[in-house]
Amino acid sequence: MLWLIPALPLVGFLILALFGTSMPRKMVPVIGAGLVGIAALLTIIIGIDFIGKNTPGYFFEQHLWTWFSIGKFHPEMTLHFDSLSMTFTFVITFVGFLIHLYSAEFMKDDAGYSRFFAYMNLFTFSMLLLVLANDLLLLYLGWEGVGLCSFLLIGFWYNDKKDAEKNAYAARKSFLITRIGDTAMIIGLFLLVKDFGTLNIREILTEAPSQWTTNSYEAVLATLLLLGGACGKSAQLPLQTWLPDAMAGPSPVSAMIHAATMVTAGVYLLARTHVLYEIAPSVQLIVAIIGTATLFIGSCAALAQNDIKRVLAYSTISQIGYMFLAIGVGAYSAAIFHFVIHAFFKALLFLAAGAVILALHHEHNMFKMGGLRKKMPVVFWTFLFGSAALSSIPLITAGFYSKDAIMWFAFASVKGSTWLWIVSIIAAFLTSLYTFRMVFLTFFGEEKTKPSYKPGAAIKIPLVVLGILSLIAGFIELPHNFGHFTLFSDFLNTTLPAVVLLPNPAAGEFALQATAGILALIGVYLAWQFYIKKPQPLQQFKYGSGSGLFRFLNEGWMFDRLYDFLFVKPLVWLSKIDERDFVDRIYGGIGHLNLMMNAAFSKSQNGKLRHYLLGLGIGAFIILTLILVL
Amino acid sequence: MILVALLLILMIGGLLGWLLSSVNKNIPKWISLIALCTDLVLVAGLWIENAGNVNLSGKGGWIADVQFEWIPSFGSTIHFGMDGISLVMTALTFFLGIAAVLSSWKNVEKSEGFYHFNIMWLLAGITGVFLSLDMMLFYFFWEIMLVPMFFIITIWGHENRKYAGWKFFLFTQIGGLMMLLSILGLYFLHGYNTGAYTFDYFQLLGTAPGGALGFWLMAGFLIAFFVKLPTIPFHSWLPDAYTEAPVAGSVIVAALMSKTAAYGLLRFVIPFFPEAARSFAIPGLIIGVAAILYGAKMSYGQRNYKRLIAFSSFSHMGFIVVGVFSFNALAYQGVLMLMVAHGLSIAALFIISEFVYDRTRTMDMQAMGSFWDQMPNLGGYTVVFIMSSLGLPGLANFVAEFLILAGAWQFNTVLSVLATMGLIVSVTYSMRILQKVFHQSKAPVEYKLNPMSPREWVVMGGITIAIVWLGFFPQSVIGIAQPAFDNIKTIQVAEKISPQMQKQTYTLNQVKAVSKTEQKGGDL
Repeated sequence: MLWLIPALPLVGFLILALFGTSMPRKMVPVIGAGLVGIAALLTIIIGIDFIGKNTPGYFFEQHLWTWFSIGKFHPEMTLHFDSLSMTFTFVITFVGFLIHLYSAEFMKDDAGYSRFFAYMNLFTFSMLLLVLANDLLLLYLGWEGVGLCSFLLIGFWYNDKKDAEKNAYAARKSFLITRIGDTAMIIGLFLLVKDFGTLNIREILTEAPSQWTTNSYEAVLATLLLLGGACGKSAQLPLQTWLPDAMAGPSPVSAMIHAATMVTAGVYLLARTHVLYEIAPSVQLIVAIIGTATLFIGSCAALAQNDIKRVLAYSTISQIGYMFLAIGVGAYSAAIFHFVIHAFFKALLFLAAGAVILALHHEHNMFKMGGLRKKMPVVFWTFLFGSAALSSIPLITAGFYSKDAIMWFAFASVKGSTWLWIVSIIAAFLTSLYTFRMVFLTFFGEEKTKPSYKPGAAIKIPLVVLGILSLIAGFIELPHNFGHFTLFSDFLNTTLPAVVLLPNPAAGEFALQATAGILALIGVYLAWQFYIKKPQPLQQFKYGSGSGLFRFLNEGWMFDRLYDFLFVKPLVWLSKIDERDFVDRIYGGIGHLNLMMNAAFSKSQNGKLRHYLLGLGIGAFIILTLILVL
Repeated sequence: MILVALLLILMIGGLLGWLLSSVNKNIPKWISLIALCTDLVLVAGLWIENAGNVNLSGKGGWIADVQFEWIPSFGSTIHFGMDGISLVMTALTFFLGIAAVLSSWKNVEKSEGFYHFNIMWLLAGITGVFLSLDMMLFYFFWEIMLVPMFFIITIWGHENRKYAGWKFFLFTQIGGLMMLLSILGLYFLHGYNTGAYTFDYFQLLGTAPGGALGFWLMAGFLIAFFVKLPTIPFHSWLPDAYTEAPVAGSVIVAALMSKTAAYGLLRFVIPFFPEAARSFAIPGLIIGVAAILYGAKMSYGQRNYKRLIAFSSFSHMGFIVVGVFSFNALAYQGVLMLMVAHGLSIAALFIISEFVYDRTRTMDMQAMGSFWDQMPNLGGYTVVFIMSSLGLPGLANFVAEFLILAGAWQFNTVLSVLATMGLIVSVTYSMRILQKVFHQSKAPVEYKLNPMSPREWVVMGGITIAIVWLGFFPQSVIGIAQPAFDNIKTIQVAEKISPQMQKQTYTLNQVKAVSKTEQKGGDL
């Protein structure tokens, strides 16, 4: 029955792609959202059955067919189901379904209604294939499929009057940058094929420890290349620049990319191949450093954005950074836990932001919003819950439990370090600052644009469900000083190893939790102070002495300019020179040479006798000289 | 006999259509269509019959084989044979032949009869190349391809057709002559060594010595194939010929004729000259990589739709060269897969360019934009073929490129990484087609674009099904070709251990080193 889970969205895609334009409009969301909903139900049914049997190392596989077979190399179309895949499958189908439901109303008046649902279903299918694959090549199929769908969806409004070029650029950019990562990844696959003769994940993971020595050349290279792929998809340094531009797509697409699919693919890949990273601890350290650097850069950049969706985009970059950090210090289940919680609150935030944007005539600028608290109470409260979770307000939000676990492990794991903790706690403080800056600007203060639209049930239901989950989902995994309730990590530890802690860390867990909690609250207070109570000093800074810094952060640390200067400009220049192909000119030159010789010789045949005689004389002279000299 | 029938159906169909065109000018295209469909059914029958491939290995991989006397005094016979590779390629020829005929169903403005005669004889020439096992016969079909193609370009082409036609003719003719010299060289060498003067493929195997002589004999073949493929530095005829040819011509020259060269590399160069080919491996790989990257660079700079596709085809041919010179079972299967996959995707892209040209009368991409509004279905198909051509998994080209690059990695890491960069740059130019034509701002001129006609649906739908099928079930090609590739491998190994070869070219140690690398590469 497992195959039905990815097959249902695929069927949805096929129906909508082939008959979408000819079927009645009302049927489109029924098929588009309905099939994903059935897949979510199926996941829950299979999941309940699975939890009963889940013992360490337990998994089951469903062989569909062999993709191809050449000698020993025979990648298969086989689905693999274990606790890690199950967690991802659940989030993809469940959160995915809520997003589909929301889109049924959000996209109602769009001309490309059926096209939208077709792409979304294909997106869901690709992501499901990615997390259910038992073979890296099949995983790569889902991996690239996700890239294609994000390209199509980011550029969904291809004929927008104002932004057609910008949307196309954003779509192209996302595809190209993730493709750079993918190419690194596929080179990594070539290496694995050579060393193991297979791409079956389980076989590789069992053979690798015996075949590779710790930090051996192959292990380091392979993990680095896979990491390249993960960085591209998960928008981590240095390939993070596509994600903020990806906001060009409709809001449910952003929710899909950021919460249920796409950006978490990198986290999945690293968790899935964790055995390889254990063999290459130096690369695992790089993962932690990349995660830490990205989470810091992302949270700083989020602080200087005006566009509400760009704030959320940078916050995603930063939150995925936390997950990378967790994987880097060996806290795999903490990373996956944060992934689940993040999926809930980030989907919620994007969907709520989408409702706001829709109500304000596609206004994205937060400084033109304000006072929406009274007008859109449901959106306000759910957005507030999501923001609280994102800023990890202590005790009452799910985000607190998941992020706090990561920061604790970054500090106390044998692979952790105080430095990683310090940077991550500063970023956590910035997170609550930028999050509540967004909340206050959007929902408090005076009303600047009048909302023109009241969200209906299909928008409200997903918001409320996700809002509740953002608060309570954290209780499935509590820190050990809070009663040591570890339902989630026990479940995952059948697949992923538990984190190894230092025997006696320098500080207690409680002290760190208290620091984090207090900093988060201070962040909220400062946001209130600067954006509601006394906005003037900050405004002066923003337009006065700090304008350079502001612009620097607003453009995401100017990575785009750097890459533009380093890569884009030279390459475009290279493609412009020699447009006519110099090789062609060489052959053209040969042709011209022949014509010239032809012209020269035909000139000599001019019918004048004395020229001929002169020619004869010179010829005879040369020949005679040659004979005499030689 | 079925092999002869395949050829005769095409040739007679062409003649018949020409003769009957005076009765009604619609007759030739129907005859062509029926003839090609008959051939496709025949080949499909062979394919299904041999799909299990269990009994194939017993026959040395040969599915059908037929031999008649031709010119006994020269030792030349009419010898056709079909193994998995030729089976796949002939099936592709007939399939794309149908697509080519259908795509030019309405646009032939003058002398339909002669046009279809040329198409059919061109396809017959290509089929003959895929089936010939006698070098004289092979050369005969190789030249037969040339003349109809020349007529198709110069008579039914676009504005600059004369120039393009002559350029095409000169390049390929000179390449062909080089090959003739090498064929004769092999012929006389074999006659001198054994006393038996023969053009037979199997007899000539193992004739070529190593060293300089072997290298120069190989060079003749290589030049002919590199020109036809084409690859750097012989590609200069390609953009003109591909762009100026009418759509059926573009489809056949890009999707099928270039594959005869790839086929030639696999069928003749590697088995005839194992030592020389191996000594040429690194330069070969460098040529392939250069073609991939240079083709992509040229492609990105174009603003003419067809020229852009033409250069992208040139870039993809680089992968074939890389695969051939990787000497590896994965890469060889990848080359065959790419021949099929690239044939399908490039044909589809050229046909789309024709469908667009039909409606707009322009090939300039600057004059296009936002066509999705009016032609969403054609846009959807374009997404499929663009994605296939940039190697999206799940579509045919990915399997091919993956196998080639994974094979190349085992042979030479650095060059295979450079070739893999082709996957990145292919995104840049492929995206331009999709976005510039179907997305982005509206075209400066308002066009009235009709939705796709049923004929267009059939062509696009058929190729899409083939591409998706091969993306998910490539085993249907790989399985049937496997015995043929096993053959090539055993030939190579047998060459390596023949004692006289060692004396001539290699010291014993070198041979050991070579066969060692081969074992390493051949493990898979």
